[in-house]
Amino acid sequence: MIQVHNVTKRFGDFVALDDVSIDVPDGSLTALLGPSGSGKSTLLRVIAGLEQPDHGEVEVGGEAATHLPAQKRDVGFVFQHYAAFKHMTVRDNVAFGLTIRKRPKDHVKSKVDELLELVGLAGFQNRYPAQLSGGQRQRMALARALAIEPRVLLLDEPFGALDANVRADLRAWLRRLHDEVHVTTVLVTHDQEEAMEVAGNLVVLRDGRVEQTGSPRDVYDHPANDFVMGFIGPVSRLDGALVRPHDLLLSDEPVDGAEEAMVARVVHLGFEVRVELVRTGGEEVVAQLTKAEADTLELRDGAIVWLRSPLPRDPGVGVVGKTRDAVG
Amino acid sequence: MARLTLRVVALGYLGALLVVPVAVVFYRTFENGLGAVWDSVTTPAAISAFWLTLEVALIAVPLNAIFGVLAALALVRGRFPGKRLFDALIDLPFAVSPIVVGLALLLVWGVDGWFGGLGVQVIFSVPGIVLATIFVSLPFVAREVAPVLREIGDEQEQAAATLGANGWQTFRRVTLPAIRWGLVYGVVLATARAIGEFGAVSVVSGKIAGETETLTLLVEKRFQNFDLAGAYAASALLAAIALVTLAAMTILNRRREEST
Ligand SMILES: Nc1ncnc2c1ncn2[C@@H]1O[C@H](COP(=O)(O)OP(=O)(O)O)[C@@H](O)[C@H]1O
Ligand SMILES: [Mg+2]
Repeated sequence: MIQVHNVTKRFGDFVALDDVSIDVPDGSLTALLGPSGSGKSTLLRVIAGLEQPDHGEVEVGGEAATHLPAQKRDVGFVFQHYAAFKHMTVRDNVAFGLTIRKRPKDHVKSKVDELLELVGLAGFQNRYPAQLSGGQRQRMALARALAIEPRVLLLDEPFGALDANVRADLRAWLRRLHDEVHVTTVLVTHDQEEAMEVAGNLVVLRDGRVEQTGSPRDVYDHPANDFVMGFIGPVSRLDGALVRPHDLLLSDEPVDGAEEAMVARVVHLGFEVRVELVRTGGEEVVAQLTKAEADTLELRDGAIVWLRSPLPRDPGVGVVGKTRDAVG
Repeated sequence: MARLTLRVVALGYLGALLVVPVAVVFYRTFENGLGAVWDSVTTPAAISAFWLTLEVALIAVPLNAIFGVLAALALVRGRFPGKRLFDALIDLPFAVSPIVVGLALLLVWGVDGWFGGLGVQVIFSVPGIVLATIFVSLPFVAREVAPVLREIGDEQEQAAATLGANGWQTFRRVTLPAIRWGLVYGVVLATARAIGEFGAVSVVSGKIAGETETLTLLVEKRFQNFDLAGAYAASALLAAIALVTLAAMTILNRRREEST
């Protein structure tokens, strides 16, 4: 378990973290999600002890850690650019934390072999990092971090430097690995899709503040504000309010509460169809339908349809109602 | 055509200014046969000068290696007030003429100097030569190691810390291996400078034959005394040391490029 209480961190005059508090439950995989520069890495580094907060407390595994140096925190940290020890073999890299702890040689050897098996690098023991691909280097870095049996595993954009295919593979792999090892994990990413796919918990950051926390589904369905809504998925704007394009309703005849709009373009993306509409005032809106829905409507460029925005799904906390109030 | 001309000019320049003079030293040295050379580099004064030069280098270079690594770490990893000034100060020995260094040491440690009353014999003895040599060969290691440290960044060191390594363990197992070629290269350069230093040493040594006379001072003395053959022989010894250093640097440079 990790608890961060009211942490503030400044770099000179710049406030990188502004009174941030989060709870990371035991055994969870939590994603810190936010645009670049929002303070995700700084928060992760404060948890690891690589950065000292100006205010606030950090607890790791129920133990006060604010004043513990990184080397005493028992956290596994994985860097975006691997931070592999270049002059050491894969075996020595993974064994590093254990040799520092003066574990017996045969124990180290079997532990290293076991971990390399786990991350799919069995047989690579005697290679040097320069002889591995980016994805392999990152898996080695993960094995190195896991070797010390850390209380928590902290990953800073671990797949950020890899190309799209490898990224997708490693995401799925990390998910499975977490199901197997169950170590409390915090993953930093600016990619909402990655966060939604891998994490069981999201913490959305902006400008050094926590905007919202919750499960991916919660945050997607009930975003706390326009920023979260826009960051976590596609949005359309209707009279100043944000709606999900797939929540917009279209029909080919007048309905109660609907308005006329003209189809400007229909984009077929396989199962999904994106419809670009122009409203009577000239405002453009994008709606998203399934292929079947689009087929029944027989949409053509220039056709007139009736457009209705959805009812608030959750009266009282409804997104549309709330954002409308906020916008005016 | 233009490139060929350029090459000829460059080679001609190097040849006339560097290669020919060094070659002539060797030629003149061995002109009168090996026996004469052997005799003049094995006189008691020559042997003593050789060992003194070695001894001074063996004290000055390790001290500068340690200082150089610490200074590079402070410059690249440290955050402290006056860092820019410290950075500039390290280059002072490159900027100040060696003869000025010698005079300055005389002012500080001489009989009438600030520390002259301490009762330690520094000027006109080995400690003075060591001090002068440390001064002139000080920047090399720091200047070779600092860019390497900057290039490797601090993520490997941070990774080591999260894995439980303390400061010393991180230095020993992660930082030092990463900077080793830069360090060795700096040490080679500092050694060459230490062995070849003349100006600063000449002011503080007192030039007592068999006691405070280094190889460069011996060359000068023989030259002044019209013992040209002897001067050439001692010069050839110094030049040979320099050539070995050059060869070592070339090999190390190749190793360094391969390892990155
Ligand atoms: N060591 C530092 N010195 C000065 N500014 C920093 C430092 N580290 C981070 N920052 C600043 O703090 C802000 C947050 O950085 P970071 O936590 O790395 O963001 P993220 O990981 O979300 O992209 C950025 O504006 C960055 O420039
Ligand atoms: Mg970051």
